[in-house]
Amino acid sequence: MNLRGLGAALAVTACLLTACSSGDGGDATSAKDATYAVWDPYPQFDDSSDWVKLLTRCGTDAGVTVKRTGYDTTDLTNKALLAAQQDNSPDVLIVDNPVVSTLAEAGVLTTTDEMKTDTAAVSPNLLAAGQQGGKTYGIPIGANTLALYYNKKVLDAAKVDPATIKDWASLTAALGKVKAAGKKGITFSAIGTEEGSFQFLPWFWGSGANLKQLDSAQGVAALTLWSDWLKNGYAPNSVLNNTQTTSWQEFAAGDFAFGENGTWQLANAKKTGFEYGIIPVPSQAGGTAPAPTGGEFVTAPVQSDTGKYAATQKIIACLTSADNALTTDTTLSYVAATDAVQQKQVAANPELKVWVEAVRAAKGRTSDDLGTRYPKISQPMWGAFQAALSGSKNPQQAMTDAQAAAGK
Amino acid sequence: MTSHAETLVRARGASRVRRARGQWAAWAFLAPVIIYLVAFYAYPLYRNLDLSLRHYTVRSFVRGDAPFSGAANYTTVFSDPTFGPALLHTMVFTLVSIAFQFAAGLALAVFFAQHFRLSATLRALFLVPWLLPLIVSASTWSWMLNSDSGIVNFFLTSVGGDPINWLTSPSWALTSVIIANIWIGIPFNLVILYSGLQAIPGEIHEAASLDGASAWQRFWRVTFPLLRPVSAITLLLGLVYTLKVFDLIWIMTKGGPVDASTTLATWSYRLSFGNLLPEFGPGAAVGNLLIVIALIFGLLYIRKAAP
Repeated sequence: MNLRGLGAALAVTACLLTACSSGDGGDATSAKDATYAVWDPYPQFDDSSDWVKLLTRCGTDAGVTVKRTGYDTTDLTNKALLAAQQDNSPDVLIVDNPVVSTLAEAGVLTTTDEMKTDTAAVSPNLLAAGQQGGKTYGIPIGANTLALYYNKKVLDAAKVDPATIKDWASLTAALGKVKAAGKKGITFSAIGTEEGSFQFLPWFWGSGANLKQLDSAQGVAALTLWSDWLKNGYAPNSVLNNTQTTSWQEFAAGDFAFGENGTWQLANAKKTGFEYGIIPVPSQAGGTAPAPTGGEFVTAPVQSDTGKYAATQKIIACLTSADNALTTDTTLSYVAATDAVQQKQVAANPELKVWVEAVRAAKGRTSDDLGTRYPKISQPMWGAFQAALSGSKNPQQAMTDAQAAAGK
Repeated sequence: MTSHAETLVRARGASRVRRARGQWAAWAFLAPVIIYLVAFYAYPLYRNLDLSLRHYTVRSFVRGDAPFSGAANYTTVFSDPTFGPALLHTMVFTLVSIAFQFAAGLALAVFFAQHFRLSATLRALFLVPWLLPLIVSASTWSWMLNSDSGIVNFFLTSVGGDPINWLTSPSWALTSVIIANIWIGIPFNLVILYSGLQAIPGEIHEAASLDGASAWQRFWRVTFPLLRPVSAITLLLGLVYTLKVFDLIWIMTKGGPVDASTTLATWSYRLSFGNLLPEFGPGAAVGNLLIVIALIFGLLYIRKAAP
């Protein structure tokens, strides 16, 4: 052993300790004040997309450089929580609406009052998903929701007029006719995740049920509707394992009369090669059922350096301004969160009318001041429809057990 | 005299300096591996243990002030109605998978040891399941087993059978993921056992057959006992791999319907990440249970292998 050996070994050790490979680490800290981190759940957009261009422009207008990172949406909650734990939160976080209350509960987000964000123009039913205990923790960038796509050819063959479908009874009758005509009825996603709950809610709420009481007569009626469809062969058994994407693929194959799916499939619907239409999800007694709102909120996570808030406010105002919201919502295939922009959207594309109506009737999953109680209800709820649809429990039993688990 | 003593002292001092310096160098050389072990093994394990012993809410997770709650997370996990089924499914999944993987892998290894034409090509083909990314093979399996449009049910109905709800029936879901997992695990067993067979000298087989042993006897009396050390490590590695299988099940069934194919691994993931509201404490507790189970089998192996 000589000193040279010692020196080499120490150099290696020092390298390991200080992570000497990351050369640009130093620059980032020195320019920290002017660089604003924005995280969004749109990894499908790269730097050449309209969305990222808009982000960059909003940053430049606010006099700062925006560093944008797109994450997978299921990843983003944990990434945001971990970042907050390390006091390393992004300056602007765009996050799925039911997550807002979780992050707010964690104390990660600033309120719109603190950020002086103007939420007056936003539809109250959309804003409610980001409200908890009388405070608002973000502003929706746009919304999407669920409706029923139908295949015109299949309905014609079964002699069903989609305009006559106003309630559950007429829908089920239509499904019966379709099956009798040798085609398949309806496909949806009843997978055992949040995605399944999202798809079940229009029926659950459409019966008049309330998330605080899963085993009410109305709640059981909604589950019975689904399980009877499966029993009668109106819906395929594969719904138990369908994500909304696989459910869409089933519908797009052309044999199904109906597919429950979202605004985001509109572009794909044009590619199916058959004539399609869209009706709102009917409620039990008739009329449009409240579907859950999807779509993201623009939020401003808490920073230890509150001096950064001024520019953050400008970026958020820029992103949600009427003109920019129109661009963004068109890019994302979303319905805007404000009346004024919704009207512009319908004027530009009359096809969106049914979606705008569905969004107006829609309801946030964490609304009704449920907040972080929602996830604890949603999980037993998806357990309940999985149990009923797979035949391991009857709807009443499934919902009773779910309520017992949710009430804990 | 004095000069002699002086040299002695000086030499001793020099050797002490040299020894001290040598020790420093030794530590410096050790440091990278120690830092690596601490950073990537000890600390994560400690963090996971710590997570499982505290009552985490999203708020306390962010603030880092979660109160110590002792074994409360473990009690929650043990008293959860999912615990019993998840443990049972983990055991069935692991044992059945390994039994079939090992038997099929051994049979194929013996078969390929015959050195016939194309044996190398065929053996390479058998590696495909092991080479494919899991997301690809699991998605393919879940398409093939789809209740309505899957090729397996198409085949069943075309030969006059009844279609089976492979992934969506509580009585079939676990079987389906086990079948897929066996398919994925066979190549691993095949490769290791095949290389084990190569190490058995041909003369022993020759001697046995000269003594009049039949092919069957040669396998059970010669090959199998000589393959024991290789078999043991194959089984242990297979066990550890299979215990923690998560992606395959998650892609194919999400652990459902209800909990029909939930194992400890998928349950741990669902608790920590599969919900809008993460439950890190119980999730970490389930993860630790898995580590303990793997550790027990690892220790058993070491004890068996030691003498």
